[in-house]
Amino acid sequence: MADDPHSHSHEHGSELSDLQLRVRALETILTEKGYIDPAALDQIVEACETKIGPHNGARVVARAWIDPDFKRRLLEDATEAANSLGHISPVGAHLIAVENTPEVHNLVVCTLCSCYPWEVLGLPPVWYKSAPYRSRAVIDPKGVLGDFGVKLPAETQIRIWDSTAETRFLVLPMRPAGTENWTEEQLAELVTRDSMVGTGLPPSPADAKR
Amino acid sequence: MTNSIHDMGGMHGFGPVEPEPNEPVFHEPWEGRVLAMQRAMGYTRLWTIDGGRASMEVLPPVTYLAASYYQRWFLGLEKRVVAHGLVGADEIAAGKSLRPGRRLNRKLTPADVPSTTTRGNFERPAAAPARFKAGDKVRARNLNPATHTRLPRYARGKLGTVEAVRGCHVYPDTAAIGAGDRPQWLYTVVFPARELWGEEADPTVSVSIEAFEPYLEPA
Repeated sequence: MADDPHSHSHEHGSELSDLQLRVRALETILTEKGYIDPAALDQIVEACETKIGPHNGARVVARAWIDPDFKRRLLEDATEAANSLGHISPVGAHLIAVENTPEVHNLVVCTLCSCYPWEVLGLPPVWYKSAPYRSRAVIDPKGVLGDFGVKLPAETQIRIWDSTAETRFLVLPMRPAGTENWTEEQLAELVTRDSMVGTGLPPSPADAKR
Repeated sequence: MTNSIHDMGGMHGFGPVEPEPNEPVFHEPWEGRVLAMQRAMGYTRLWTIDGGRASMEVLPPVTYLAASYYQRWFLGLEKRVVAHGLVGADEIAAGKSLRPGRRLNRKLTPADVPSTTTRGNFERPAAAPARFKAGDKVRARNLNPATHTRLPRYARGKLGTVEAVRGCHVYPDTAAIGAGDRPQWLYTVVFPARELWGEEADPTVSVSIEAFEPYLEPA
């Protein structure tokens, strides 16, 4: 294994080292038994680090902001609309876009595990999979939003989407004021991952400059 | 399992959410290997995505809470390959293969990887028309199966409204235990926070779940 590109020599304390050894052992066993191909594993890791990510969702949102017909199609069938863009990684079935308005703010969670629209947002961040988020999003969403520094008007309706099946939810945030003449590419730069989960808002042009 | 620690919605005491600025995709290379092994073994179709979830839900609560996310995936995967007779417990203990593997129908090759970055379709033909339609009042049943379910505890027994019919989908409760897809209609059902958490709850908040038809009864 000395020349194995996946061997990891750095130390992270005995517990983690033990885990690293166990992970490596399982990969060896599964490979030797012919169940997996490490080269395929390499490609999966690379795809997760480069191909999928919130840049895909940002393109979808930016297009919806500039193209009312696309927005209508996105809210009708987000999988079909996202795939019609062509330049993003293909999206599978049951992507559902939910629109933030001055009246309603949407927030997505998976209380039971970690269901997340990773085709358009990439792999979920640690906080999304954490007990604090999963436990509190449904009972104290304003507190959770506060943890992210988001404060909404008191009268805003808050809608939590618990992803308990194979449907996946993408929040369509509101377009920031002062971006009227912006191009789709410029707008995509404003669309943060958190704004597409509902734990953030896209920055205003002034905030984005900072 | 149904009433185990993974079903966290509404629990108190876990503290604040702590976002990490500029978080990397993987914090350690082993996390990527675990995710990739999970995907590659999922490709063999020896178990379903729900079977994978169920294998983590049976972890002891203390283990579940103490483990990081990818640690849980790893522990679940290790358990599953042994349970399916793909790897012997002696091989796990030895840290190496001690005998040839079983012949599997599918093995993920590098050429197949692009297909794994698109999610599969869980919609299936319906055997019967949908029982509910948008606008219907429904009550989530008070179900406590000892096996996997996707009906969260906080919604059981609560009164909600069907907001959308999402098609007929693989039923996690049977798919997880090898009892087949048994497709069921899936609905978005929305509950006011006051119905879920009592009169003191914030009147501006509502919560929806994705509920399979057997989870619901007319109200």
